[in-house]
Amino acid sequence: MDNGDNRSVFARRDFLKATGAVVVGFSVAPKAGAQEGGVAIRRGVVSGPPDEAEIDSYIAVHPDNTVTIFSGYVDLGQGGPTALRQIAAEELNLDFEQVSTVRADTFVSTNGFTAASRTAAIGGTQLRAAAAEARRVLLTLASDRLKAPVQELTVARGIVSVKTDPTRSISYGELLGDKAFNRRYEAISYTGGIELPRTNPNNAPAKARTEYKIVGTRIPRPEMHDKVSGKYVYVQHVRLPGMLHGRLVWPRGQGPYGVAPKVIAVDEQSIADISGIRIVRRNNFVGVAAEHEWDAVRAAKQLKVTWAPAPMTLPGDAALHDSYRTAKTKDIVVTNAGDVEATLKQAAHVVSGTYRGPYQSHGTMAPNCAVADVTREGALVMCSDQGIYQIRGTLAKLLNLPQEKIRIQYYPGSNTFGSSCYRESAPAAAIMSQELGKPVRLQMSREDEFGWDNYGPAHLADIRAAVSNDGKLVAFEYQAWSHAGPITATVENLAFGSEPFVADTPTGVGLYQIRLSQNDMYDVPNRRLVDHRFSANGYLRIGALRAPLDPPYFFAQEGMMDELAYAARLDPYEFRKRNISHTRWLGVLKAVTDAAKWTPRVPASNLSSGKIAAGRGIAVGTHHLPMNQGDRITYAAAVVEIEVNKETGGISVKHVYGAMDCGLAINPGIVENQIVGMAVHGTSLALKEEVHFNQTNVTSLDWSSYQTLRFAEHPSVTPIVVQQIHEKSSGAGEEVLPAVVAAIGNAFFDATGVRMREFPLTPRRVLAALRSGTTSRSA
Amino acid sequence: MAKELQLRVNEKMRTVTAPPETPLLYVLTDELALQGPRFGCGLGQCGCCSVLADGAEIRSCITPTAKVVGKSITTLEGLPAYYAAKMKLAKSPELHPLQEALIAEQAPQCGYCYNGQIVKGAELLFKNPQPSEAQIRSAMNGHLCRCGTYPQILSAIQRASKAIRAAITEVGRG
Repeated sequence: MDNGDNRSVFARRDFLKATGAVVVGFSVAPKAGAQEGGVAIRRGVVSGPPDEAEIDSYIAVHPDNTVTIFSGYVDLGQGGPTALRQIAAEELNLDFEQVSTVRADTFVSTNGFTAASRTAAIGGTQLRAAAAEARRVLLTLASDRLKAPVQELTVARGIVSVKTDPTRSISYGELLGDKAFNRRYEAISYTGGIELPRTNPNNAPAKARTEYKIVGTRIPRPEMHDKVSGKYVYVQHVRLPGMLHGRLVWPRGQGPYGVAPKVIAVDEQSIADISGIRIVRRNNFVGVAAEHEWDAVRAAKQLKVTWAPAPMTLPGDAALHDSYRTAKTKDIVVTNAGDVEATLKQAAHVVSGTYRGPYQSHGTMAPNCAVADVTREGALVMCSDQGIYQIRGTLAKLLNLPQEKIRIQYYPGSNTFGSSCYRESAPAAAIMSQELGKPVRLQMSREDEFGWDNYGPAHLADIRAAVSNDGKLVAFEYQAWSHAGPITATVENLAFGSEPFVADTPTGVGLYQIRLSQNDMYDVPNRRLVDHRFSANGYLRIGALRAPLDPPYFFAQEGMMDELAYAARLDPYEFRKRNISHTRWLGVLKAVTDAAKWTPRVPASNLSSGKIAAGRGIAVGTHHLPMNQGDRITYAAAVVEIEVNKETGGISVKHVYGAMDCGLAINPGIVENQIVGMAVHGTSLALKEEVHFNQTNVTSLDWSSYQTLRFAEHPSVTPIVVQQIHEKSSGAGEEVLPAVVAAIGNAFFDATGVRMREFPLTPRRVLAALRSGTTSRSA
Repeated sequence: MAKELQLRVNEKMRTVTAPPETPLLYVLTDELALQGPRFGCGLGQCGCCSVLADGAEIRSCITPTAKVVGKSITTLEGLPAYYAAKMKLAKSPELHPLQEALIAEQAPQCGYCYNGQIVKGAELLFKNPQPSEAQIRSAMNGHLCRCGTYPQILSAIQRASKAIRAAITEVGRG
């Protein structure tokens, strides 16, 4: 699908004539030409999303006996579309190669939001139901044509034949070939991520999982060749005729949330020496555009804009967590079971500690980019937003155009890990195109990306817990501090001249709730969780960074479990076995400890007096919990082996073992890749990553001031997929990450006998902790 | 001021018109429509934009175009032919052995950094067809990967090293 030919195919004139109906970069339209019926005939011509209750919205059968699926779930590099193709192929009894996907497009695709590890869990479940209905329709048609009852038919590679007489056969392509299904069915729908029960007793049953031949296998991802040869088209590659190169001009590094930047003056003379620059100004939005990219880059750097001084109200990175203590909080008791206070008074071993985690950045490899062509009639926007229908709504407001006049096409960008600055580049490109009356390619800079990110949330936790003499967890109290995480685009505020959404209402504050309500993880009779939430104003913007909030949360929770195991003189795996009864949690712990050849030992019982101290750590982790994902829980565990250089404070993570039970793993190879990626990413979060800022703005604006794990520092990784073919598929892109971060903290204690309760474990913090001999903090 | 510049890119002479100080990256992507080298930071820090100049890996995002006039530029697209020439193969393979190895390892996730990973890995293998793990880690250290696929890239370089050594033996025999 990604052949890049669209550069020449696309003609602005055609686009205007057809008011947004031009087909760019894929060939659904010719096939659709022969189709009849509602959804199928509108595909590519009329704005979506198409009706989910029609098979045609998801699936089209072609005369050559191939099938196209129309999913709004996109490839962020995680291989999701490969998994979706496997699901459709399996359910329809086709080979993998007979099923293809098309570019996600608001004139074509069903509604999908590729976030929160939803692709297989939600997108896959919906597609499986549609495919099962499609197969039933096709078998009914075949039954008529072959004059044999459905139960006497069998299907292989899309060819239906009579079991007792295989010479009587007909292909899907012959049965339907580009004609519409024209069939409504009861689609699977979700509220807040929770699957709603279906009511129609006649829904087509899905294939028995014991019969799976394609789902559950390691089909190679087909885009590998294009990705290594340079043929793969990223949004950064898209060019349109007559297009200008645009760059944003805004303050270097965001200031305190709550006050949008204000332009005082733009000195156009400051770029007088660069010819052909167009300056775009809409309220406080400033951009520059030029025919040649280098001119735009230079102009953006050189243009003198006087901004109203940012208020000096940020706490600065060193004082961040202390400032949480004095924030005006809304305190919510999330869980209160048993009697924590009374238990803490009489328990054999009581441990308490304060844990801290920093703001961390998405750090996308490619700064975000979007190409927009906006006219009075409509807009075509090519971007890598994870939700094509979500960004369409944002653009409709900004451009003052009805949604159906805006066509969004997904072009892949680099690693995302969440919303990052996706919501900035497409709006900026669209505003500039609308102002200039030409297509605009807006490429953000590295500094834009690091400076205006929605960071992973910083976190503070006070924990008190107790364990009995026989190693039973008897009390656990977690007091959490995190500020609100409103997701709004700064570009929107700049363009409207508006102020950011005031994020101190309960809805604004509750985006990332702490959820120790996970009472099926540890069996603890007395537990209390208090969530101290407060306004985002005066802090940095936060958003969805891979397993949002869970790296600091599990660093704290699992760090404390390690402290309790130590207090009870127990091996930390043994401690978990005594306090966890859920078989799937125990399953991943067993898998990961088997792989790591774990032998029982109390933490820090094997200290070295040498310069290099080796240690190992264990932790569990997850992301989504029952409150927002129904019964689709992913169970993850990690074991890490590290070496600490006590002279330099450097930590080398030698090996990470990561085990994950994500229910039915559609493609275990893809899941293993995710585990490897999370092991490396988790190591990076634990050892290196933190956003730096002073009183006025963010100061870590490049790869040198924002450090990440480098090639020479990467651990070996052993990924383990615990396959559960009869369970629902759950997320596979986030859950090992927090376990790795936590396990590294625990391994440090094992190596040194010193507990660090703040990450990242940078050499400076490590040396300070080793010097103080106890723990935790340094500025 | 824009000037006419003669560049040798993937063994073809190309004439481009650009201010001589324009970073090579913008000439390669915008004037010559190449998709291998790509923008990552514009600061020479990440390696997304890497190309070979007379066989040495450079960061095209911070290299003025005038500086490479007279040099032979090889981009990701030209790597298989460059490999064939270096190895004195009769015919250029479709992919460099490292590219083949990365597919075999199913290494890329988003794949955006792979231009640089491949260009740098190929440079290493040209210089040293049998690098140790430590040598690979050290040579590749200037190339960031945020999806965290370093372990598979390492395996792929080791796999490609075997393939290249086998090819050297074959060429030697032939």
